[in-house]
Amino acid sequence: MSDTHSQSVAFVRTEDVPPAPPPANATGPVKWIKDNLFATPANSVLTVIALLVIYMVLSGTLPWVFNGIWDSPSLAVCREMLNGESGACFAVLTERWNQLLFGFKYPSDLYWRPALAFALLFVAAAPVLFFDLPRKILIFTGLYPFIAYYLIWGGSIFTPLLALAGFVAGGYVYQRFVKGSFAVGFFGAIAAAVLVWTIGGFIIPSSEITEGAMQSVQSRDLGGFMLNMMLGVTCVSLSLPIGIALALGRQSSMPIIKYICVVFIEFIRGVPLITLLFVASVMLSYFFPPEATVDLFLRVVIMITIFSAAYIAEVVRGGLAALPKGQYEAADSLGLDYTQAMRLIILPQALKISIPGIVNVSVGLFKDTTLVSVISMFDMVGMIRGPILASTEWNGVYWELFAFAALLFFIVCYGISQYSQWLERRLATDHK
Amino acid sequence: MTILTDPPKESFRLSMLLNDTRYRSLTFQVIAAIALAFSILYLANNLARNLADQGLSISFAFLGAPAGYDINQRLIEYTSQSTNLRAAFVGILNTLLVAFLACVTATIFGVLAGVLRLSKNWLVAKIMAFYVEIFRNIPVLIWIIIIFTIMTAVLPGPRAFRGDDATASMFLGVSAFTNRGIYIPGPYFTRGFGAAELGAVWDWVLVLGLLVASFFGARAVNARATRIQEATGIRPATLTTNLAIWFGPLIVVALALGLTFEIPELKGFNFKGGIKVGGPLIAIWFALSIYTGAFIAENVRAGILAVSKGQTEAAAALGIRPGRIMSLVILPQALRVIIPPLISNYLNITKNSSLAILVGYADVTATLGGITLNQTGRAIECVLLLMLFYLVISLLISGIINIYNNSVKLKER
Repeated sequence: MSDTHSQSVAFVRTEDVPPAPPPANATGPVKWIKDNLFATPANSVLTVIALLVIYMVLSGTLPWVFNGIWDSPSLAVCREMLNGESGACFAVLTERWNQLLFGFKYPSDLYWRPALAFALLFVAAAPVLFFDLPRKILIFTGLYPFIAYYLIWGGSIFTPLLALAGFVAGGYVYQRFVKGSFAVGFFGAIAAAVLVWTIGGFIIPSSEITEGAMQSVQSRDLGGFMLNMMLGVTCVSLSLPIGIALALGRQSSMPIIKYICVVFIEFIRGVPLITLLFVASVMLSYFFPPEATVDLFLRVVIMITIFSAAYIAEVVRGGLAALPKGQYEAADSLGLDYTQAMRLIILPQALKISIPGIVNVSVGLFKDTTLVSVISMFDMVGMIRGPILASTEWNGVYWELFAFAALLFFIVCYGISQYSQWLERRLATDHK
Repeated sequence: MTILTDPPKESFRLSMLLNDTRYRSLTFQVIAAIALAFSILYLANNLARNLADQGLSISFAFLGAPAGYDINQRLIEYTSQSTNLRAAFVGILNTLLVAFLACVTATIFGVLAGVLRLSKNWLVAKIMAFYVEIFRNIPVLIWIIIIFTIMTAVLPGPRAFRGDDATASMFLGVSAFTNRGIYIPGPYFTRGFGAAELGAVWDWVLVLGLLVASFFGARAVNARATRIQEATGIRPATLTTNLAIWFGPLIVVALALGLTFEIPELKGFNFKGGIKVGGPLIAIWFALSIYTGAFIAENVRAGILAVSKGQTEAAAALGIRPGRIMSLVILPQALRVIIPPLISNYLNITKNSSLAILVGYADVTATLGGITLNQTGRAIECVLLLMLFYLVISLLISGIINIYNNSVKLKER
């Protein structure tokens, strides 16, 4: 072929030009770094400062953590093993593990009991937290408080059994009469439960307390992270119904009930928890009959419960107020009475709106259970500040213990808040 | 044709108290009132019996008796011979002091972290998210103890600053960070109204008065600039005038009165001179600030996100510059969302400052609810007074929230 000929033939492309790769700085990690870390000069300065901060923090902590000694009987031995190098004495955690978790007075051969109760807690909580699980597990959830009580405190098996019998009787009466009138069912249930407990108290002689009994543990022997968990779980579950009742009372059209609730809520919310704990430790026993001895754990549970109930009441009230008025009117126009309207229409929606708030209160409450160390109960923080740091072997080992406590609380609280976000997405029925 | 008639008038029957909605609410309220009265009676009766058993009585006379203990951190004159009431007042002032300081710094931390968490810089946003999650999910009690431990166990003692082989040195040569507290230079006037205590007070009153005057002066200048801008459309430059108004008189007075700084010095076993900020105060102040700062950061972020993006775009379409979009369009709307939870965070700081008892800072919980309670054994009186104090503070603050909410409520017509 000659040159002239080739120039005269029209060029027709038969296939696409292969796409050229994008410029190196407009794709992949380079582009990402450019956009997110070095977009503007000010941004670049921020990035450099942030990197410096990260480097300083990591260079300080990483060798300390990885150099850590996990096996040593005391701080002095541990320091010797480290030989002047920077390193943590995690040995305090392994050596005092049981004390951190169970307190220093819980009988050591019984550690399996609270541990088992803790494991069962997950089984009991699962059907409440995740609706997809078979509903039958809820029966176990109902039994759990009595099982946990028996496992942790021990003593006669009749005590939890009698309590359970009262609740079963109350539940039966409620089921029977709630169709007619909620009030009859509700108060009838309370009456039935009280009746069963009173009669049961006469029938079961206290002398036969050894039968079916496990070694009993006193409330004052509880401690460690177990105490935090127990206070947190008990008080949150007790304060939810009380808080809802208070919120409904505050929204009520009956002035006397409304003002009782308003004064109660505002009073409790106006004072710090620590003053309520003072009430529990030094003042509350004056308000019980002189012959009654209510132990400190129960008094603290009472005060923390009413504290968190007041906060939950405010959250639920926000949810109630956020519902459109049409919902209340629709319930009325269907001919539902107050309890039906609340149970079937209002509360399910209001509680759904209040989930984030309720979870916030619960997380806050769980963190606040550490305050009991101020009234000399040996919870996790109390254990660290008291028996462990005061012991001759571990006097002076701070960061390992505080880091461990912080880590435990972080895991629980962060886990709860992640769960609540999942729950919100799960319950979202509106269109996005 | 039908005739509408009134339903037949029923005579009143007892069952109507429960089944007729006209009477039911009344029945419930009467029952509730009776139940309340009975439970109060029951509790009061128990209280009376218990007190009688132990030979006690309710009396506030102990408030007038000498307290008999010393308080390190005090804002007003106090000796161990002062009354319990005065000890309580010292505690109240200390509570208010630490609450005020922590509110200021928590706001600074919170706003910084909240704004930076929305930063376009990925790394900075992640660090701030980390900060917020870490501090929100760990009890404030643990933070207080950690910072107190840093103050007492990590910082060097005054001894380390001494001699030629000193292991510690003063920060910039003027401040000392020791395990007994932080010593910073203290300002004083060499040619003040008098060397006496009272004279120094007048010096500071003068400075404060100047600041107030400068505030109103600067406001007048800005108002005039706005008037000119509205009349002519051109805003005169006010920056230099404002700077002059704020700092001019201050500098003149400082020179005239001979302002100097007293630098802390190591004398004997301890530092002398300057201002000493005690370790417990720092611990509770800083811990409350970073802890509550994390919560405030979330409020600030939520507030900024709550302003819809259309507002920014509309403002940009009107040709407003980015900086002014923030100050004129976004912030006024975001503040409406931010301020109520911010104030309730301030309330939380005030209530959480009661944890100061843990590190030995003499706030009202530690004086009235701690030492006084233990020494006099007047548990009921002390706890009641303590609750009353916090209740008054809370009601005041929630009153402020309500007033603010009413003032910024959207005026719907």
